Amino acid sequence: MQKTYYDPADLKKFGKISDWNKELGDKFFEYYGKVFEEGALSAREKSLIALAVAHAIQCPYCIDAYSGDGLQRGITKEEMMEALHVAAAIRGGASLVHGVQMMNKVNKLEM
Amino acid sequence: MATKSLHKRESNLANSNKQLEILSNGIFQSGELPTFKNKIAETNQFPLKAKKLEVLQINVGYMCNQVCEHCHVDAGPDRKEIMTRETMLQCLEVIKNTGAHTLDLTGGAPEMNPDFRWFVEEAAKAGIKDFIVRSNLTIIRANKKYHDLPEFFKKFNIHVVSSMPHWTRGKTDKQRGDGVFDKSIKALQELNEVGYGMPNSNLRLDLVYNPSGAFLPGDQTSMQKDFKKALKDDFDIEFHNLFAITNLPISRFLDYLIASENYEDYMYALVEAYNPVAVSNVMCTNTISVSWDGYLYDCDFNQMLELPVNSKIKHISNYNEELLEGRDIVISQHCYGCTAGAGSSCQGVVA
Ligand code: SF4
Ligand code: SF4
Repeated sequence: MQKTYYDPADLKKFGKISDWNKELGDKFFEYYGKVFEEGALSAREKSLIALAVAHAIQCPYCIDAYSGDGLQRGITKEEMMEALHVAAAIRGGASLVHGVQMMNKVNKLEM
Repeated sequence: MATKSLHKRESNLANSNKQLEILSNGIFQSGELPTFKNKIAETNQFPLKAKKLEVLQINVGYMCNQVCEHCHVDAGPDRKEIMTRETMLQCLEVIKNTGAHTLDLTGGAPEMNPDFRWFVEEAAKAGIKDFIVRSNLTIIRANKKYHDLPEFFKKFNIHVVSSMPHWTRGKTDKQRGDGVFDKSIKALQELNEVGYGMPNSNLRLDLVYNPSGAFLPGDQTSMQKDFKKALKDDFDIEFHNLFAITNLPISRFLDYLIASENYEDYMYALVEAYNPVAVSNVMCTNTISVSWDGYLYDCDFNQMLELPVNSKIKHISNYNEELLEGRDIVISQHCYGCTAGAGSSCQGVVA
């Protein structure tokens, strides 16, 4: 058994999840492929969204994959970092907006 | 950016045998990844055979005003290998007698060969109609004596193919050296001024993009869209096609891959992106590459690896088209760079 939870080499084995459930695995990968096709959003925009989401959900495989994908598409470091700040702003905002709930509760309880 | 060639640094990897050894050992020896030979055999494409010769690619010397980090030629100002007029005369003899319709001049910076212009003029007299010059752009700005190159290119209707790693200064200079971006932009504007790259112009100006790092190029069509928009918006520059080219794991790029511990992942990526359809269009099938000293190779990459053509004919002085046609192409694992994705050829892929 490996000594760490994450191994970069496992990313290449992603497709193996179909081994234990082919139907759902295949459906997932087909869906995944479709999602990232050029559409109303460009494949490039989707790659940046994926990178931001990867950081929000803190998935090291996805970060690995979409940092490389961004470079391939000619996305610059500046664009990547800006996308991350969007993720961070939403994450931070999500915490802070609950501050209203806190304030409501405190205001209700306090005399 | 590197400032000296591997040769000048007396690096281990300046030795082509060493490079070939690396490409054959490790993950390919252990069978972790299939060799190129086995891979193309899967679709019955082994041995890879030369078809009819269409392009004569001549490397007129390894000297260059730049020392790009990824350079597969290991070119630089410190490289002294330069084609002589004598060898050029031998090439001209061949041009007169061959069916090849295109003369593709490369280097180094081909314009730095002192007989470059003479050679183009003579080749035109000898009947060449389609010229390609692989120009690094900055050479046009490097010295007064090169300032009129755009006019010279125009006079012979030379198809100019130039590298431009990115439309931003940062990425370009990182790969090709400080100041390269600004000089390249200026050179492109000057080429536009004489008519190169303009919509509907016959003066062809194509750009070559190759990744500045251990990753593969993205989709050529969308990169072209991005390049066109950025160069037009920011600098009012026009060009025709963008060729997205994969860096081959040889020479300085191989050195970089190993030093940055990216070699294995990069080879995995190449093998994963292998496209059997691209095999039939690799450049070696219709091109022969001539080195500065007149020896013959299947392509410029094999030239750098010192893998001579598999034929009795080894030198331009005893060139024989019939004997060379149908020869088996000499391959190794670097060939995976030519078959990744849509394939990598400045002639083949037209978006
Ligand atoms: S301009 Fe071309 S030949 Fe010169 S160092 Fe750069 S990649 Fe090599
Ligand atoms: S590296 Fe040369 S020999 Fe190999 S496939 Fe590419 S063009 Fe052909």
